[in-house]
Amino acid sequence: MDVSFTAQAERSAMAHHEPDIALSEPSADEIKTTTCYMCACRCGIRVHLKNGRVRYIDGNRDHPVNRGVICGKGSAGIMTHTSPARLRAPMKRVGPRGCGEFAEISWTEALETATDWLKDVRARDPSKLAFFTGRDQSQALTGWFAQQYGTPNFAAHGGFCSVNMAAAGLYTFGGSFWEFGEPDWEHTKYFMLFGVAEDHASNPLKIELGKLKQKGVKVVAVNPIRTGYGAIADEWIGIRPGTDGLFIGALIHELMHAQKIDLDYLVRFTNAHWLVIDDPQAPDHGLFARDADGKPLALDKATGVLVDATRAGISPALVGTLKLRDGRQARPSFALIAERFLSDEYSPEKVAATTAIPAETIRRIARELAHAAFEQQITLDVPWTDTDGRRHEKTVGRPVSMHAMRGISAHSNGFQTCRMLHLLQIVLGSIDCPGGFRYKAPFPRPTPPPNRPARPSQPNTPLKGAPLGFPQGPEDLLVDADGRPQRIDKAYSWDAPLAAHGLMHMVITNAATADPYPVDVLFMYMANMSWNSSMNIPAVLRHLTATDEKTGEYKIPKIIYSDAYSSEMIAYADLILPDTTYLERWDCISLLDRPISGTDAPADAIRQPVVEPDRDVRPFQTVLLDLGARLGLPGFVTDTGSPRYPGGYPDYIVNHERSPGIGSLAGFRGTDGKSYGRGAPNPKQLESYIAGGCFHEHHLAPEQRYYKHANKAYLDWAKDVGFIGAAAPITFQLYLEPLQKFRQAARGHGTVTAPATHRARIEKYFDPIPFWYPPFDGAPSEDETFSAITQRPMHVYHSWGTHNGWIRQITAENSLYMNRARARKLGIADGDWVWIKSAIGRVKGRVRLMEGVNLDTVWTWNAIGRRAGAAALGTDAPESTRGFLLNHLITELLPEREGGYRFSNSDPITGQAAWYDLRVSIERAAPDEFGETWPQFVPLHSPPLAEAAP
Amino acid sequence: MTSLPETTAKKLGLVIDLDTCVGCQACATSCKEWNAGGYSAPLTDQDAHGSDPHGTWLNRVHSYEVGDGAESRTVHFPRSCLHCETPACVTVCPTGASYKRASDGIVLVNPDTCIGCKLCSWACPYGAREYDYDDGVMKKCTLCVDRIYNESFAPEDRVPACVRACPTGARHFGDLGDPDSAVSQLVSERGGFDLLPEMEFKPVNKYLPPRPRRDQTAQPAPRAVEQPATNSGSLADRFFAWADKTLAR
Repeated sequence: MDVSFTAQAERSAMAHHEPDIALSEPSADEIKTTTCYMCACRCGIRVHLKNGRVRYIDGNRDHPVNRGVICGKGSAGIMTHTSPARLRAPMKRVGPRGCGEFAEISWTEALETATDWLKDVRARDPSKLAFFTGRDQSQALTGWFAQQYGTPNFAAHGGFCSVNMAAAGLYTFGGSFWEFGEPDWEHTKYFMLFGVAEDHASNPLKIELGKLKQKGVKVVAVNPIRTGYGAIADEWIGIRPGTDGLFIGALIHELMHAQKIDLDYLVRFTNAHWLVIDDPQAPDHGLFARDADGKPLALDKATGVLVDATRAGISPALVGTLKLRDGRQARPSFALIAERFLSDEYSPEKVAATTAIPAETIRRIARELAHAAFEQQITLDVPWTDTDGRRHEKTVGRPVSMHAMRGISAHSNGFQTCRMLHLLQIVLGSIDCPGGFRYKAPFPRPTPPPNRPARPSQPNTPLKGAPLGFPQGPEDLLVDADGRPQRIDKAYSWDAPLAAHGLMHMVITNAATADPYPVDVLFMYMANMSWNSSMNIPAVLRHLTATDEKTGEYKIPKIIYSDAYSSEMIAYADLILPDTTYLERWDCISLLDRPISGTDAPADAIRQPVVEPDRDVRPFQTVLLDLGARLGLPGFVTDTGSPRYPGGYPDYIVNHERSPGIGSLAGFRGTDGKSYGRGAPNPKQLESYIAGGCFHEHHLAPEQRYYKHANKAYLDWAKDVGFIGAAAPITFQLYLEPLQKFRQAARGHGTVTAPATHRARIEKYFDPIPFWYPPFDGAPSEDETFSAITQRPMHVYHSWGTHNGWIRQITAENSLYMNRARARKLGIADGDWVWIKSAIGRVKGRVRLMEGVNLDTVWTWNAIGRRAGAAALGTDAPESTRGFLLNHLITELLPEREGGYRFSNSDPITGQAAWYDLRVSIERAAPDEFGETWPQFVPLHSPPLAEAAP
Repeated sequence: MTSLPETTAKKLGLVIDLDTCVGCQACATSCKEWNAGGYSAPLTDQDAHGSDPHGTWLNRVHSYEVGDGAESRTVHFPRSCLHCETPACVTVCPTGASYKRASDGIVLVNPDTCIGCKLCSWACPYGAREYDYDDGVMKKCTLCVDRIYNESFAPEDRVPACVRACPTGARHFGDLGDPDSAVSQLVSERGGFDLLPEMEFKPVNKYLPPRPRRDQTAQPAPRAVEQPATNSGSLADRFFAWADKTLAR
């Protein structure tokens, strides 16, 4: 018999057969909880361990941030944890800077080298250490290190991320978006998203967007680009970049004309009725009229006299002009604000062309907002008591909510635009009320928070306070007698007076050009400053390798860098301190730092090591504590000079007290572990956190949950646990007096006055009433140029994802997306390669055409492009052959002004990097130029790296 | 060729909501992660850190635009095996490696008898099967058969990894053969539909269509503006007159 024929016959009649399969194989020998670090969202995760290895990671259902879900990045965490780009041992540079030649050294040598460098600088001039950390989740520690060391030159990445957002919010209403607050998801009836980066803060938003759509709550996405969230929104508004302030202003204009303003809310919670002095030549013009005790004044309509504006029971006037006791004129601040927004400048017709939003759409959105706020009022059967002791039987709210991110903040008009967005929320009466926008503890804080930036110190002396703070007037600036900046990044100088997060993006440029002065040591953590985190990368690379003509020494003499992974920045460091992965270390998500609280429950969390490192690496925070002890920094050593935290970071997390009883973690304090917020260190605290899933929530009582800015039960409690210094009501600053103080200084008033070079700029932009102005480097225009911005793929967090073997299978290169109709006019077809040109350079990339993008906008995915050889990807990775960055096109300095001075390309108020201001022209490349991106940099030699894990 | 069971006791499958899928890839990477160590292991990658990174995935998300200009919309479309009632990928299998389970309707591949001939991937109109180049066998969505009955799991975790992960709640798992199940109810309420019904493979998985947009529909009538007694002049004057109320602080 023919065997093959028989086999074929059997196959053709293959009966249904089901093999036995294992259906109940345990996923793990052990499951450990910890906190994700695949982005800044800080979700709770469960790590499934099998045979000592990470088998699987899923979301922790009990965790307040993600409630069990996990995103595309978090699910790929195992590949980041085992990435071949992991550094494996400390290294010192042995070749020229930038070429990537390193020798591995011992930790002893590494730490002794760092200590020698840092000790020397501290003894001479501690300001000559510039210590900047990137996407650092331990700023409570890193900032304290800088303070105890004595350098004011500290900040994290907020200056190029979203300081406009944070500062505008904190100065205006003592909160902000994301970690500071969020919509009242349960009750909101209308939700607007402005310019949201979709790669982080991601799971909470996604969870709630899904629910809002299920409930039929309207979602409006305002974004030049229609990607993920915009794609599922009920309405996508494809605004022109940098014009959000006009759109928001027009909404306020419409609401005022329709008389849809919550006047009662304004007089209760804001400075709308405070009287503003109108005496143009006087030093106090534009400041609030105050009584002898410094209390702001208002006109009480009931009695017709001037009274303390903060008093309960008065009937304050919001409009009109009146005479002060000294005979001068004054007006309620609201009258000035209303005058601005009622003007034709903010009419829908006037802004339609610039914003690319039809006037009728603006009017309709305003009507919808008014309808949701005033016709769908929410009343909860929850009594509460205000700070004047008045009991309210119900909690009433206006269910309109908003969320905004980088599209608002990364423009040079971002601070004022964000202020305007908060003004819109406040005139609708929708801050911290049912259905509105709600604070997350420890917010609200006073407007602004009371801490000022610490001044530079003497040799071997700590700063008197934290390096970062909130100036309230020119006297708080860090400038010398001639008005010159005292910080390396020029934060808190006349260049950027309210630079609450510093200007990390200017540190390398300023240090190399000795403007305002050179540094001796640049010490950075987790920030790819020679690549995707800098503007004008070619210039930054020149600065990093620039040498002094006489001595031949590098202009930035010593660079220490810590990271877990090989990156473009590694090649430019002199000393590398290799960090662990996020699954190998302790961390602390502290209320002193960037909290993860919910609106009803303050929360904090830890990371615990779930596996041991298999390389000669150490957690950066433990290394920093070690360095602090070696330097003998106060607080880092005991009275006898021995290390204060010999157990490293977990020892610090448990035992460090910022003030008596207040430490890194708020839960399980006190010797019995039963105190919340304030209490003695508890040696079992970490065990208690681990037992609870590595987080802790404190649930607020129902009467503490809303109107926290004026809620007696909440504020009294917040003071007790140390969130705020005093249980006083927090008044929303619609009219921002500190800005007017700077403005008056620019007019020559006061003891600290602005230098002549800065006067016009300060006078123009420090308007105490929010206003829109064209972005500096990229005013919208009618010519053939485009706004060029980036959007973030939800599955990639900056360049962190691009060495992840799964994530890069989804996205390993980026294209330039442009509107199909506009491309057609330029003769550009889908798949063509184009030159993208700005004032400072050009980049080549491949074009993809789409409908869902504003006509005058081109965009690409952020931080996909990499330098050849970086991140263990080899030199022919798509990230470097076809992937590109727009960073090369963004100037770090604005064009010369009168007198030759060049301001940084940043918001004039906060110093926020204005990287969304970019304008470009697009030109089809010649066919023989197709196929590869440009510019190409010299490929990096890879330093010695960990073995790729099996 | 391989025969199918006459009927299946259940029709387990997924219901995927195109209205709320934001294209975040959580279902894709969580699927990869679970299955790289589960029933489908190994789920291999080729050149994962090199110039042409690719590998075997059981679930992929595609994003594209539909329509032109103002009428266009962006759709995120997760794609995996639909566990058809009459799947050609099974009947075409020459070794019996591909089979549909009689108990729950899940379509699986037995890696011990799969010869890697790829006939099944040619037969599947949905592109749901992927050949594992290192392992030499065909891989496909198992509906996480090693999770959904797993007695070592908490009951709420006995769902496919993609459903467990999905942040927007766009993925639902259940018995589509039971008209009273939550997933069947959802399909009925939301007008769930089959992909390529004309191919007549009767996919079990359903997709929910995007809800209608409400960009022009929610137009509340403006309420009459109050007319203060002193009303005169411009709208701005009227606003100031209106705001000149007796308010209580």
